[in-house]
Amino acid sequence: MATGAQTKQVVEEIEPFEAAQEIEGGDVVLIDTREPHEYQEAHLENGKLVPPGLLRDEIAAAAPDKSARTILYCRSGNRSYLAAEQLQALGYTDVASMAGGILAWQEQGLPVLAASGMTPEQRDRYSRHTLLPEVGVDGQLKMLNAKVLLLGAGGLGAPTALYLAAAGIGTIGLVDDDVVDASNLQRQVIHNTERIGTPKTESARIAIEALNPDVKVIEHRIRLDSSNILGILEDYDVIVDGADNFPTRYLLNDASVRLRKPVVSASILSFDGQISTFVPFEGPCYRCLYPTPPPAELAPSCSANGVLGVMAGTMGTLQANEVLKLVMGIGEPLIGRLVLYEALGTRFTELKVRRDPQCPICGPDAPEVPESEMGQFPDYDAFCAG
Amino acid sequence: MATVRIPKVLQAHTGGQAEVEAAGANVGEVLRALTAAHPDTEAQLFGEEGDLNRYVNVYLNDEDVRVLSGLDTAVADGDTVVILPAMAGG
Repeated sequence: MATGAQTKQVVEEIEPFEAAQEIEGGDVVLIDTREPHEYQEAHLENGKLVPPGLLRDEIAAAAPDKSARTILYCRSGNRSYLAAEQLQALGYTDVASMAGGILAWQEQGLPVLAASGMTPEQRDRYSRHTLLPEVGVDGQLKMLNAKVLLLGAGGLGAPTALYLAAAGIGTIGLVDDDVVDASNLQRQVIHNTERIGTPKTESARIAIEALNPDVKVIEHRIRLDSSNILGILEDYDVIVDGADNFPTRYLLNDASVRLRKPVVSASILSFDGQISTFVPFEGPCYRCLYPTPPPAELAPSCSANGVLGVMAGTMGTLQANEVLKLVMGIGEPLIGRLVLYEALGTRFTELKVRRDPQCPICGPDAPEVPESEMGQFPDYDAFCAG
Repeated sequence: MATVRIPKVLQAHTGGQAEVEAAGANVGEVLRALTAAHPDTEAQLFGEEGDLNRYVNVYLNDEDVRVLSGLDTAVADGDTVVILPAMAGG
């Protein structure tokens, strides 16, 4: 191969299994030196596309550090070898070309992210997502494989569910034991006039299936309590809290910390909304923020005080945004941050939320919950009435 | 003067005002100036011992006063004190 001019350095070639080991070890920049249509068909996870014709223009963005370990691959190993020579000439000092390319990689049974994981209909449906470099085919496949549980198919859950469904979240679980009421429709846009009287989980499933047949909807037509919560949460990757009462919010927090499930939590009242993301032991939990629930007279409900429907939509779509970031591992989720939204002034306020060293659930002195007591929780109704 | 942001649930006790200007060298004094001007807010904010109720979160600008010096946290002119209620609406 290395028969170029004498000034050229020989390019290091590595076998696919060696590349796989290095990639596994981390700190590797992986460059795919093929054309976009080939990349779309199948590529290595975290492989960044830099087509040969655009190498000089795009390599600095894809591989900013010239001293970083940089592995190139193409279809069979020729284009990546030539590209590696070019990179060395540009001053890259630790470059390797993967011998045999993605063909050899696949022959050895190593995994690729294949657009074949997506049908032609899906490639079309999600094209505005996959065009975004931050999302791409990888991100879309993560969404299609994600399982997200929504607590409540109401003011928050309705818009959240619609946008998650549109985005292609593969499995959406819905917990709600209520039926659609005419007074819901001013904000709960997933339901409609025809379905008044229908269970909310069923009404939401009908709307989601009409919007996106890729989504599998699981209906949990129950009220969450200590006896059923662990079994339900277990199967999901991310939980979305849109519950309408404090006992359920504390129960969900305590259970999700035990199971180490991230929770995207929002609440709404009149013109005001709050949202934060609780990732157990990475940031604070709901109890770090609110150690004690307020007394009933300071905890009015939307049914007693009213709520601006579109504000619920704003908060619900912010929740969906948080979920997508967690699922794809991109951006900055609201971990340790609480965002307040006030609709009358159209004002957002961001507050810091710290882990509470005294937190009885996730603090350093919180008691370990033995396996035999995993399903046992305090009496939240008494706790919240107190 | 500091600006105190009043949550919706307390606005009935501040004549509907969402923001109240209040003077004080620290968070406790600012809140006491608020309760002096709007006495009905006192029982909501403070317990019988004069401590902040545990369910009331108070922020100086964007930081929880629990991680600062609580009610003794110094307040500068132009600071914002946010009274944050837990809400459960969904």
